Amino acid sequence: MLKQMEGSRAVAEAVALCRPEVICAYPISPQTHIVEALGEFVKDGSLAPCEFINVESEFAAMSVAIGSSAAGARTYTATASQGLLFMAEAVYNASGLGLPIVMTVANRAIGAPINIWNDHTDALSQRDSGWLQIFAETNQEALDLHIQGFRLAEELSLPIMVCMDGFILTHAYERVDMPTQEQVDAYLPKYEPRQVLDPAEPVSIGAMVGPEAFMEVRYLAHAKQMEALKLIPAYAAEFKSVFGRDSGGLVHTYKADDAETMVVAMGSVLGTIKDTVDEMRAAGHKIGVLGITLFRPFPIAQVRAALQGAQRVVVLEKSLAVGLGGILATNVRMALSALPIDVYTVVAGIGGRPITMRSLHGLFRRAEQDDIDAVTFLDLNRAVVDKQLDRERAKRRSGPAAEAMLRDVGVVAAKLA
Amino acid sequence: MSFQPVKFYQTGTFTVGNRLLPPEERSVQAQAKRYNSINSGHRACQGCGEALGARYAIDAAMEAVDGQLICANATGCLEVFSTPYPETSWQVPWIHSLFGNTAAVATGIAAALKVKKQQGEPRNIRVVAQGGDGGTTDIGFGCLSGMFERNDDVLYICYDNGGYMNTGIQRSSATPPAARTATTMAVGAEPGNVFGQGKFVPAIAMAHEIPYVATATVADLRDLEAKVRRAMEIRGARYIHILVPCPLGWGTASNETIRIARLAKETGMFPVFEAEHGEVKSVLAIRHPLPVEEYLKPQKRYAHLFGKTPQVEVIARLQELADRNIRKYGLLDGGER
Ligand SMILES: Cc1ncc(C[n+]2csc(CCOP(=O)(O)OP(=O)(O)O)c2C)c(N)n1
Ligand code: SF4
Ligand SMILES: [Mg+2]
Repeated sequence: MLKQMEGSRAVAEAVALCRPEVICAYPISPQTHIVEALGEFVKDGSLAPCEFINVESEFAAMSVAIGSSAAGARTYTATASQGLLFMAEAVYNASGLGLPIVMTVANRAIGAPINIWNDHTDALSQRDSGWLQIFAETNQEALDLHIQGFRLAEELSLPIMVCMDGFILTHAYERVDMPTQEQVDAYLPKYEPRQVLDPAEPVSIGAMVGPEAFMEVRYLAHAKQMEALKLIPAYAAEFKSVFGRDSGGLVHTYKADDAETMVVAMGSVLGTIKDTVDEMRAAGHKIGVLGITLFRPFPIAQVRAALQGAQRVVVLEKSLAVGLGGILATNVRMALSALPIDVYTVVAGIGGRPITMRSLHGLFRRAEQDDIDAVTFLDLNRAVVDKQLDRERAKRRSGPAAEAMLRDVGVVAAKLA
Repeated sequence: MSFQPVKFYQTGTFTVGNRLLPPEERSVQAQAKRYNSINSGHRACQGCGEALGARYAIDAAMEAVDGQLICANATGCLEVFSTPYPETSWQVPWIHSLFGNTAAVATGIAAALKVKKQQGEPRNIRVVAQGGDGGTTDIGFGCLSGMFERNDDVLYICYDNGGYMNTGIQRSSATPPAARTATTMAVGAEPGNVFGQGKFVPAIAMAHEIPYVATATVADLRDLEAKVRRAMEIRGARYIHILVPCPLGWGTASNETIRIARLAKETGMFPVFEAEHGEVKSVLAIRHPLPVEEYLKPQKRYAHLFGKTPQVEVIARLQELADRNIRKYGLLDGGER
């Protein structure tokens, strides 16, 4: 059924349709609306039987999820940013134990400086945690990916992060097609755990594993993620047959045929990129787009196939690997190894800085001339940085940097528009 | 009253005599059909108080719930010595997740069980969480307090050996004053652990006003069993804090574990009591009051107090702490205040 609603609400309703049995959460913007809605569904009895637990931290949220999943319950939680880092030890533990928890990450920057706005550094910080990671481009896709996520996680006995851009998606009101309970029930079978804490068949879960088997146990996790590369397209196809629309999958190309310049990105910014590319195509530029939906496992073969005809690749990412450049770009480069293709890293939109079509037009045109740095910071105000560097050269006790730079920038909200 | 303090010591010795009790009150461990929840073959040190305490506690819990039990376990000696695979000692469904999250993992298990029950699961499966003092009073304290505060249906058992034993005997917030550990060495102006620090988590548990809080030692194993049984009769958050001597960390002979535990109780260094909803309901009275030296002397972790010049002032301060426990909990008169 078509409905106009907030992205968070749409995700909450979709999660409820998946009949979760235990939900635990700790509030952090921009995840709050999702778990508030689910809490309401549990409290008013429309989502039952289900336990909703208000925990005392994200570390506890993931730990409760570990316990309930190990006891055989379909389990959901959501977080973002600092919350994801606060639970990090348990994030690795959940995947190490092979527990198919579904978690929404309402992507948000990581501090310091504290910042509530969108970028991808939170989810990407957990890229090696053993979780599947999938990025939604629209609210419809966010909703759909949660339904696919439960299916996928439970089939593989691996947890999954469904990542959606904080505020840009979570707080945007858009039209979505909300599936019916019958459709979801037809698509998502009952959860049959591979391992469960059951007095009738006692098992020990989480025992110490030494050098004699550790490598094999970890390789198994890798092998399962490789398996996901096959399973995801199959589940997306099945999803289409039940729900009548394309959602998810590994990667998506846009106007990629004959493209000399390919732009790679994840999440909601793909919309702005496609609009820009439409205008550039109309003006005769040979430029196309590769949207990466699945980040873990990284679809190396599909990325390579999609990009190998290009002369250059511009990876536009909402993350920064300090001291290196890009995270997504590094992964893309691996997919293109030994191919004579220039890969540019463009760090854009971190901490919620708007990525405008005007900036993208300039960036892409310069990239076509190979006139951008290998690591480019889109719309970086270099003068502010230089001023701070000067200050630090001039005076040993130059004081806290972020606060001084903020003062230099001045009242800012109006300037960003 | 779920135990019988008079009959318990009727022989005039400290022998825990099953034969003095009617059969239905005899120790779970005395029964041939005991559960052996932690089976033999684990790798604890000889005389490990934690292994002993856990064996009695979990078997008693199993007995109380007809074997319908799931255990969550924090990282620490108990976890490590019981599970080097494929030699797990656990005959119960058992999960180890992390060092600091065991109470929350148990909350999750309890939540799942509640939902399964609503879905028609016929069994009444219960949850016990367990950890060492470090995993409980320090790194796991946030999760523990959260579980208490929500009154989740979990019995949490803390095995208190007064330090991080598994990593080589470092100080925890349950390490007693003056005790030597690897991070509170017996050197400097104030050798051993400093005074005025640390916390007594049973009292903090009581401040949460949860239905049941108890302390116990491995010297009074029937008392421990009775408390576990009592705890399993109750729904909601419950906490049992068991003093478990650690021969390796305390520098005691492995055949002294039970005697040392008894001395902790008899000197007042460790108060043994039961509380409901934040109120003390009963205490295990001191039978033969003893000065704290009796407890301290056999332990190498206090050896620096008994050198060529005995540290009488430090010993007096420890005696003060014991006296305060005796007053506070009414340990000499069985709680009559
Ligand atoms: C997050 C984290 N920090 C530190 C450790 C290392 N560690 C493992 S067991 C342990 C000590 C356990 O002490 P306690 O909980 O008192 O149990 P005991 O071994 O004394 O029975 C420590 C510090 C860990 N496993 N995880
Ligand atoms: S170090 Fe102490 S607690 Fe650990 S196994 Fe040995 S005696 Fe038990
Ligand atoms: Mg300890």
